[in-house]
Amino acid sequence: MSNAVPVQLSAKDFKSDQEVRWCPGCGDYAILAAMQTFLPELGIPRERTVFVSGIGCSSRFPYYLNTYGMHSIHGRAPAIATGLSVSRPDLTVWVVTGDGDALSIGGNHLIHALRRNVNIKILLFNNKIYGLTKGQYSPTSEIGKITKSTPTGSSDAPFNPISLALGAEASFVARTIDSDRKHLQSVLRQAAEHQGSAFVEIYQNCNIFNDGAFEVLKDPETRDAYLIRLEHGQPITFGKDGSHVVTHPAGSFGLAVSEAGAVDAGEVLTHDAHAEDPAYAFALSRLAGPDLRHTPVGVFRSVRRPSYDELVRNQLDAAKAKAGEPEADLAALLNSGDTWTIL
Amino acid sequence: MAEHREGAGQAGQLSEHGHPAKEIHQLDRVVIRFAGDSGDGMQLTGDRFTSETAQLGNDISTLPNFPAEIRAPAGTLPGVSSFQVAFADYDILTPGDAPNVLVAMNPAALKANIADLPKGGTIIVNTDEFTKRNLAKVGYDSNPLEDDSLAGWDVHKVGLTSMTVGALAEHPVSKKDAERAKNMFALGLLSWLYSRPHESTMHFLERKFAARPELVAANKAAFNAGWNFGETTEGFAVRYEVPPAQMAPGNYRNITGNTALALGLVAAGVKAKLPVLLGAYPITPASDILHELSKHKKLGVTTVQAEDEIAAIGVALGAAYGGALGITTTSGPGVALKGETISLAVALELPLVIVDVQRAGPSTGLPTKTEQADLNMALFGRHGEAPVAVVAAQSPVDCFHAAIEACRIALKYRTPVILLSDGYVANGSEPWLLPEISELPDLRVEYASGPNGEDGKFYPYLRDPETMARPWAVPGTPGLEHRIGGLEKADKTGDISYDPANHDFMVRTRAARIEAIDVPDIEVEDPSGEAKVLVLGWGSTYGPIGAASRALRQRGVNVAQAHLRHLSPLPKNLGEVLASYDKVVIPEMNLGQLAHVIRARFLIDVVGYNQVRGLPFTSTQLETMLEEVIKNV
Repeated sequence: MSNAVPVQLSAKDFKSDQEVRWCPGCGDYAILAAMQTFLPELGIPRERTVFVSGIGCSSRFPYYLNTYGMHSIHGRAPAIATGLSVSRPDLTVWVVTGDGDALSIGGNHLIHALRRNVNIKILLFNNKIYGLTKGQYSPTSEIGKITKSTPTGSSDAPFNPISLALGAEASFVARTIDSDRKHLQSVLRQAAEHQGSAFVEIYQNCNIFNDGAFEVLKDPETRDAYLIRLEHGQPITFGKDGSHVVTHPAGSFGLAVSEAGAVDAGEVLTHDAHAEDPAYAFALSRLAGPDLRHTPVGVFRSVRRPSYDELVRNQLDAAKAKAGEPEADLAALLNSGDTWTIL
Repeated sequence: MAEHREGAGQAGQLSEHGHPAKEIHQLDRVVIRFAGDSGDGMQLTGDRFTSETAQLGNDISTLPNFPAEIRAPAGTLPGVSSFQVAFADYDILTPGDAPNVLVAMNPAALKANIADLPKGGTIIVNTDEFTKRNLAKVGYDSNPLEDDSLAGWDVHKVGLTSMTVGALAEHPVSKKDAERAKNMFALGLLSWLYSRPHESTMHFLERKFAARPELVAANKAAFNAGWNFGETTEGFAVRYEVPPAQMAPGNYRNITGNTALALGLVAAGVKAKLPVLLGAYPITPASDILHELSKHKKLGVTTVQAEDEIAAIGVALGAAYGGALGITTTSGPGVALKGETISLAVALELPLVIVDVQRAGPSTGLPTKTEQADLNMALFGRHGEAPVAVVAAQSPVDCFHAAIEACRIALKYRTPVILLSDGYVANGSEPWLLPEISELPDLRVEYASGPNGEDGKFYPYLRDPETMARPWAVPGTPGLEHRIGGLEKADKTGDISYDPANHDFMVRTRAARIEAIDVPDIEVEDPSGEAKVLVLGWGSTYGPIGAASRALRQRGVNVAQAHLRHLSPLPKNLGEVLASYDKVVIPEMNLGQLAHVIRARFLIDVVGYNQVRGLPFTSTQLETMLEEVIKNV
């Protein structure tokens, strides 16, 4: 299973023979197409790429890619992917999940995969609704959301997935949008290159049960005022012609948005995705309000810390360096401790 | 004490210490119960005594019994921890129904255990703990050592704590550490009384306290003080010997069921030439398997302590998908949580071993006590038609072989296998005749390496005609890229299928492939060939049922015994065997779960005998019950 020969593959190679069965107009199509055209770039053979998913609309994703794939059970994909990744360091393992799958039923596995820094790439398709079960509110739905299960409005406060991932000290945290293929692929590329857990929230439109949830971030009329594109090492500015900037007011824990002209150029925050302290990225994740105004997209955090896989592998390799012939070692193990002989 | 058989004494000799050597009586079997507070080190004391006894060549069986609380309030009844060890000069099957000797470290230990000690038995009691306060704690109105409530027993009143502290007066250890060494004093005394070799305990102390040499010296001194006390005191007029048992030649070690099970899993990985990946979440009484397996990275074992029971099996299943021998270990509450993933593994048709070390339920139940009440869950506890193979271990040593058998079935037939152990065999121990590695079964299986269809394509659900197993096509294999999942799959292609006929076919196929697993025929032990009653068991009841059957036969009462290792599928000859007896009796530590299966499957009106006290059956109760059944046939 050597990786010596570079592989020339095309998007076609990554399309499976299965008919894609999402609703027409679903944001998942765009993400799938972006993924299929992006995967050949990595030069990783198809057989070494594995997609593991849970349950939900997004979790059908693996069926449509001609790689190895497992459509597992609700919420458990990060756990299954952990077992695969730890035991097979030669594979590239992606997890595809949704807001219900990852944050509700599978919340526990998500945070533990991130804190362990398992070498898996987690793509969370966030459409702020339960689609496959036909329209109940999800853990990212806003308070007051009227759905089939909340006819008088939801009373649940939502998760901010980026804040949650940062709270678990994820080493790579990013957000992107289904309809912006260029940005999506740029984030996927960085996630794929990351050693350790990469968490990518993808805003994805459910045109049946929650249509237009992210429209303000897409509509040319509004998007400039709403969207903040993060670039490592660049001042954080947004709006038409850089009309607005992000600053860190003295004495405040959080960040603030100002008109560019209202502050000195030196006060404009320069994005540092490599900051060790997750507090900075966390502050960034709190900029957006419930109306999505000031939503940062891009890589919030990308730091290097040892992956769980590496640490486990190092211990295993150190032990194996002392190993002899397995059956002889097994015989020695069975015969260890207080033994006696009957003649 | 019917089994005490006194032999020739050796009175009149001088011992090495110059005291007149005490008379030595030979016994064929002794059962000792060490009982004390959960902080008194009774498990360790019992374990050491067992190890010394094993070195001598006796056959042994042990039964630890301890509370779930790590340190229940000192001196209370719920805090009592005990360790029973039976040793004999012949082959024994159980740790004994009742002790001959009770070592009671405090009033609570005496009160909690005295009812089990037959009159005439020996009590060695730590008088230092029999204070007014401690007596009151357990509801003794008067001191049983001073009134006549212990008349009829042979009571030895020993100031274990004060004598230990006295013996260690010159040692540079704290009073607390000196008091703690009282279990070594007790062990020394018992080792003298039963003529046990003490070298292994000396080595053990050197290892255990390697970082604190003063504790090595103090504990050794406490042990020696106990030994010498036995030799010099007039309180003990007689010493005993239990000669070695006739055991098959070879190398032995004493082993608990949990350790044996863990080693069986390691051995399975070696014999399959596969890496082993254990996903586990700590749970009593299964955690020791996780602890043991975490030591064996050199042999290719990776352990992942997962965030919960569901993740633990998920990790194991993910590794199995990647080509490892995936294992998860737990107890009943954990199996309940893992049900959905087991169901997924049924659909994926991947090898997976789920170890359930059963404990008393429902809910948290009695977490440190034994029960066999997870059989229904193992057989049926999943949504949909989700058949799996089920294997049960019958003794501590058998846990090793049962683990290998579970792995064999999982790998060969690409199926989840539930391996049932329980608290009794998990924590109990017995001597193990160490196997030759070359005699263990070869568990190698092949991954798929290329297309399997006549058309040159790869079909993930095209089955091996012999085993009905689908190919194990692990990621990384070029040309075999495919998708699997929990949605119903079309026969052969594995594509998603909602076709009614296909679902019916797949459900029946999954059931048929479990039924087709090759399991050996059940063997019947019926030496006379004239028994009319068959006693059928499974799992850890093997010991007590076997001992009861032997006892009956010794008295000329015919009884046949058969024990199930495979509960799914059942042995092919089972129906025929059951039909050849007038009556079938099934003792179980549940309310009749196997009996229910046997009645439904074979339409035989079996007699259930059921107990759920968190304790194993005694052989005496089974003997009495069986005799009654036999009389009425």
